[in-house]
Amino acid sequence: MKNSLYIVIIGCGRLGSLLANQLSRVGHSVVVIDADESTFDNLSPDFSGFRVVGDATQIAVLKEAKLKNADVLFAATHEDNVNLMVAQVARKVFDVQHVLARVFDPRREQVYDQLGIETICPTSVAAEMFLLAVASVRAGRGDA
Amino acid sequence: MKVLIVGSGNTLYFLCRNFTAKGYQVILINRDREECIRLARQFSAMVVCGDGSDATILKEAGAMGADVVLAVTPNDQDNLVICQLAVLQFAVPRVLALANDPENAEIFEKLGVSAFSTTHIVGSLIEQRVSLEQIINLLPVGEGRVNVTEIILDQDSPVEGKRLKDINLPENALVAVVIRNDQPIVPRGSNELLSGDRIVLITLPENHGLVLKTFTGERK
Repeated sequence: MKNSLYIVIIGCGRLGSLLANQLSRVGHSVVVIDADESTFDNLSPDFSGFRVVGDATQIAVLKEAKLKNADVLFAATHEDNVNLMVAQVARKVFDVQHVLARVFDPRREQVYDQLGIETICPTSVAAEMFLLAVASVRAGRGDA
Repeated sequence: MKVLIVGSGNTLYFLCRNFTAKGYQVILINRDREECIRLARQFSAMVVCGDGSDATILKEAGAMGADVVLAVTPNDQDNLVICQLAVLQFAVPRVLALANDPENAEIFEKLGVSAFSTTHIVGSLIEQRVSLEQIINLLPVGEGRVNVTEIILDQDSPVEGKRLKDINLPENALVAVVIRNDQPIVPRGSNELLSGDRIVLITLPENHGLVLKTFTGERK
């Protein structure tokens, strides 16, 4: 595939494995890193990417995943600080062009905006969806 | 001086003991409730129980007015985030992070956070000092690219009684000063080295071992 990207995903939990399976299926080269080998069971049988067992806060592990060749990095572990550290290292040390970190704590999100690290906060996203749902209920009742 | 330390275990305990003894105002942040209670009993320091990488906890601990923040937890990612929060949200003038993985020391510096690695420090001390009792002082300068070493020459030294110009010194090394009977001498080629001389050597990490061997000989 011509437009295939090299994508590195940190964390192979529910989010990481979902991303890995879908991106691999549409033809991208995917590498998944997780310290816990058993999480690779979340990958579907047709996942054609690579698996790296290791702690992504260690540079040696990121080098093993050939991070410097990556077009995209997703930091999707369950620990905010791991995601924030790996995202910064990817952007500023390995010069990865597109870096996205999941951060649960909305207050941390603001700080990392300042550092130029793009973050997705599931808490804020979910809150927004709930509020939209409330708004549409009120709109349905005609008292919006 | 107001010092805020985030960490646990012996590192936290002894840092706190050291700083309180010097009369610094010390604030500790630790995640473990029981450890916090113990620390609060042992020291006059303020102890805050919680996650030091959480801005609310840092605020509660008074990070806003701290002169320095030390992050010495066993997790590198936490140490980085603690220091970055301290700088960005609380304008702390000096922060220092422990890099548990020695490779992260350099990475943290690249990300704008001062860092140190105990493995690095202890490792180089052991490499350079081991079994060489003649070395009485060792000081890395220029970010560790140059070593200043002070040694005492004894009877068994292969260069004892030799003139400086007859000593086959490796490239990029220098005998900077000889201290004899408390008198410092900046030596020239015709000066002899005598037993009991204190010699200050300038070396590079690459030739350090070789230079030392020249002056002290092979020892067990």
